[in-house]
Amino acid sequence: MDLTAISPALLVASLMVGATPLLLAALGELVVEKAGVLNLGVEGMMIVGAICGFAAAVQTGSPLAGFAFGALCGAGLSMIFAVLTQVMLSNQVATGLALTLFGLGLSSLVGQGYIGIKPPPTVRLDLGPLSDIPFLGRAVFSHDWVVYGSIALTAAVWWFLNRSRAGLTLRAVGENHDAAHALGIRVVAIRFAAIAFGGACAGLGGAYVSLVRVPQWTEGMTAGAGWIALAIVVFASWRPARVLVGAYLFGGVTVLQLNLQAAGSALPVEYLSMSPYVVTIVVLVVMSARRGARSTAAPASLGKPFHATV
Amino acid sequence: MLRRTLLGAAASALALATGAMAQDSDKTKVGFVYVGPIGDGGWTYEHDKARQAVEAEFGDTVETVYQESVPEGADAERVMTQMALSGADLIFSTSFGFMDPTMNVAAKFPDVKFEHATGYKTADNVSNYSARFYEGRAVQGLIAGEMTETNKIGYIASFPIPEVIRGINAAWLAAKKVNPDVEFNIVWAYTWFDPAKEADAAKALIEQGADVILQHTDSTAPQAAAAEAGNVITFGQASDMSEYAPKPRVSSIIDNWAPYYIDRVRAVQEGTWESQSVWQGIGEGMVGIGEISDAVPEDVRADALDLKERLASGETHPFTGPINRQDGTPWLAEGETADDETLLGMDFFVEGLTGEIPN
Repeated sequence: MDLTAISPALLVASLMVGATPLLLAALGELVVEKAGVLNLGVEGMMIVGAICGFAAAVQTGSPLAGFAFGALCGAGLSMIFAVLTQVMLSNQVATGLALTLFGLGLSSLVGQGYIGIKPPPTVRLDLGPLSDIPFLGRAVFSHDWVVYGSIALTAAVWWFLNRSRAGLTLRAVGENHDAAHALGIRVVAIRFAAIAFGGACAGLGGAYVSLVRVPQWTEGMTAGAGWIALAIVVFASWRPARVLVGAYLFGGVTVLQLNLQAAGSALPVEYLSMSPYVVTIVVLVVMSARRGARSTAAPASLGKPFHATV
Repeated sequence: MLRRTLLGAAASALALATGAMAQDSDKTKVGFVYVGPIGDGGWTYEHDKARQAVEAEFGDTVETVYQESVPEGADAERVMTQMALSGADLIFSTSFGFMDPTMNVAAKFPDVKFEHATGYKTADNVSNYSARFYEGRAVQGLIAGEMTETNKIGYIASFPIPEVIRGINAAWLAAKKVNPDVEFNIVWAYTWFDPAKEADAAKALIEQGADVILQHTDSTAPQAAAAEAGNVITFGQASDMSEYAPKPRVSSIIDNWAPYYIDRVRAVQEGTWESQSVWQGIGEGMVGIGEISDAVPEDVRADALDLKERLASGETHPFTGPINRQDGTPWLAEGETADDETLLGMDFFVEGLTGEIPN
């Protein structure tokens, strides 16, 4: 075993890239669930974001346009879910699953002409002298703007949910939609906005997979990342900072275990392969278990249909 | 009440429609069960190309149906049962993990013929077919061994099954022969298809100094990772992946299933289908070596083509003794070649490879 072959700086750098799509999708879903809506269509919205972003970037030659269009398409797809569950009061679990299936099918249809094409490269942000710092320069300060944007978004979501009046309103809708309605809050409108935000984040995460992480278009390329994002939200007990920890942990252990294998680690491969799942779940559960039941509880109205009677 | 009547009417109409469809039995109906999407650019893509070749060959006398991205396990059984119930005469299940589901479904439908790829079980109505990909792996190993400058070759393996282990051994033996200093770093991805994970595995290998990436997973993601890294070469897996030529992709193994599929469909139509177990290689044309690109030096290309010729004619066998197992115990004596039975069940590394096979 030659562990010196693993460069810590490169390891941190690739874990940040690996975790970014998960973080984006999970943050979006966090806001959706805080508003009391369970959207299981994250995987579908991600893959649609992946192909739409890829197609737009290839057509325009601009990765920025790709990310924007990916987010837009993710949000667009989520509106189907919003109309079905909020207006027509369909079952959220079934509709979310259908959205995933629909997204997978739609993406392979749209993607027919894009197999084997290389996307325009996404430039790294030039952080000047910061990038020259030994270790940190390569590990942390050598990424594209989406990586930093996703970290900033974590802080923004935290601030929005915990410090802003609009965030309080959104949480009220998620905790007790009948009471919120009685107070004159427009429950359905707020949920539409939350669902759109979740869709845009998932779409952005998907576009990041096809434009930066892999970078190419292949059918079914998100390969379950949406489901992992959903799980991270639950295990992080609906807290943005823990979502960040969960996504980085999952991405980090995934990259680390591949590096350990490549370096010929003596640890059995079976344990290494399951380690990302086990480590992420254990750490988040332990973190969440410390604070007692109240802080870990799901939004009380999560997944329940809302029908304004008055 | 009205709604219930409507539903009842709809249900009986549906039953009539399916009944009518089932009667259309002058066509030979052929089902294909795929483990990945047909657009994966690799394994499933080639199976689907062969399906299209079957349609082109037989025209109106066959009808093909396929199901993509079928998980290995109970779902595969459900898919094949569905195909058999809807009148399929012949079903190709195209992944190792479909083996037991295929055997189970075949036992329930004795009149339906099944063809399972890359497994080792047969029954009266189940054939198994596979290609000697390890012959192609030997050619890749030779090119890899001659071209590597860091002497580190990265290998992205999928699952620890004989098929994959055989490929690693064959590539290793060929590489070692031309370059005694070569080292293999093997990563088990535990997936056939997960572009992000395959890309991560390729990056991990490249960051640790590998300048050749061999893959036994199905997507083109490792090719993209290698292209980004620069001075790294790769090989197309299952399909030509020529969009990454001339570099990083310098050659490829191409699975050519079409002649076999056409042959078997014809056998069903003529009533001559019998259970068999076939294993064809470069010589029969089931394994193709994709064009060796200009990035390969002339002498290496000549060596590779020479090896390909010798493999095709049967003059050279990739597993020719003396070969020891990883633990140093002798396997093949001087001049002895491996028998198919050992190869089909191969569960050990040969001497010189590091790391353990997960079980």
